[in-house]
Amino acid sequence: MKPAPFDYVRAEHLDEALEILGQEGSDARVIAGGQSLMPMLNMRLAKPRTLIDIMRLPEFARIERKKATIMVGAGVRQASLLDWPELGRSLRLAALALPWTGHVQTRSRGTVCGSIAHADPSAELPLILCALGGEVHLRSTRRRRRVAARDFFAGMMATTRADDELIEAVSFPADQQRCAFREVARRHGDFAIVACAAVATTAGVRLSIGGVADMPVSRDLPRLDGSALEDALNAFAYELDARDDVHASARYRRDLVRMIGRDLVREVLQ
Amino acid sequence: MSRLQANRRHSVRFSLNGKPCAGEAEPRTLLTDFLRHHIGVTGTHVGCEHGVCGACTIDIDGQPARACLTLAVQVDGCEVRTVESLAPSPDRLGILQAAFKRNHALQCGFCTAGILMSLDGFLRENPKPDEQAIRDLLTGHLCRCTGYTPIVRAALEAAAEIAGDLSREKSDA
Repeated sequence: MKPAPFDYVRAEHLDEALEILGQEGSDARVIAGGQSLMPMLNMRLAKPRTLIDIMRLPEFARIERKKATIMVGAGVRQASLLDWPELGRSLRLAALALPWTGHVQTRSRGTVCGSIAHADPSAELPLILCALGGEVHLRSTRRRRRVAARDFFAGMMATTRADDELIEAVSFPADQQRCAFREVARRHGDFAIVACAAVATTAGVRLSIGGVADMPVSRDLPRLDGSALEDALNAFAYELDARDDVHASARYRRDLVRMIGRDLVREVLQ
Repeated sequence: MSRLQANRRHSVRFSLNGKPCAGEAEPRTLLTDFLRHHIGVTGTHVGCEHGVCGACTIDIDGQPARACLTLAVQVDGCEVRTVESLAPSPDRLGILQAAFKRNHALQCGFCTAGILMSLDGFLRENPKPDEQAIRDLLTGHLCRCTGYTPIVRAALEAAAEIAGDLSREKSDA
């Protein structure tokens, strides 16, 4: 339960971090708050040769509004986003979901982008990035590119980030007020058994589910009610291919998808 | 840029409970182990080592944090506080500690150091907490002895006592 040996690099300029990632690729890992990566290191599920600490790069510590998007830099801690005075007005879904993300004692250090990079299928931040249709901003010595959330997550703790790329920011579409979030976990702040986000669309509602499939899954639903809504939710619940595990049965997860989904769809369409 | 090589020890300096602290750590050394084994400050306990149990919770730059999810080299230049900072002198307990003792808010005591550190920071920022806020905070800790109820009672009692102390100070002034 102790990390394997690694070199530790405290990057003072972004170029240094990118250069090392370019040279060492998958042998290097970026650490920000460490609240996802440190457990992986302690359990030796990750054994990088080099750890690149990006928390002393001032350009990464910013939360910025750019036209209709909110950019959250790679060094922004979850607690800082939760304390951001604009959050309730500009990014309501994050205001609803962040209190469920870990605990006070982990949000104080864990970053928003770090949780996205870790891509745990039960985590709230990847879920709301998908629900809002946000983007991941990647950078390497070769290029900069933006990837839509739905194309970024590739499976259980897997993403389409190349080995030499780091996440410099994530961006969320701003000002989506008609949204809702709820989750069920064994203990508040633990990883979700089922997490659910709903966002109003012009045609109806986009429902996104975490904790069931191997990544967050979104489904655009038209305006439905009664048995039509029940049928749509039931079909969605089965398509998520829930599995039995030590926390909950597949059947219980499908039940939660149907029940929480129905409540949130009604809440958003009201 | 500084590259700290694996398998070698590197100088780490930070403030520990208000006093300068220096030592040497390998990059992979966890802050829990650095505090306990290198500095010899053993109040911070090591439970699960993956951030779930909360026994190792300390205060880094004014925020509660898991020492087991922090590398010693990451706190270079930071202000770190541990449970050793709570008692005003070796033979006296702090207000929160005394409330824990009165309310039987600990049995085996393994989780207590972490819970005290979370509550200490929390009560500074929330001098009039309600029970729900304290229970929310405690979701970041596991206690297998008490069932949490005496911990909540102790926290509320300590908050009232601290508030009383402050108002007495004001009225004396």
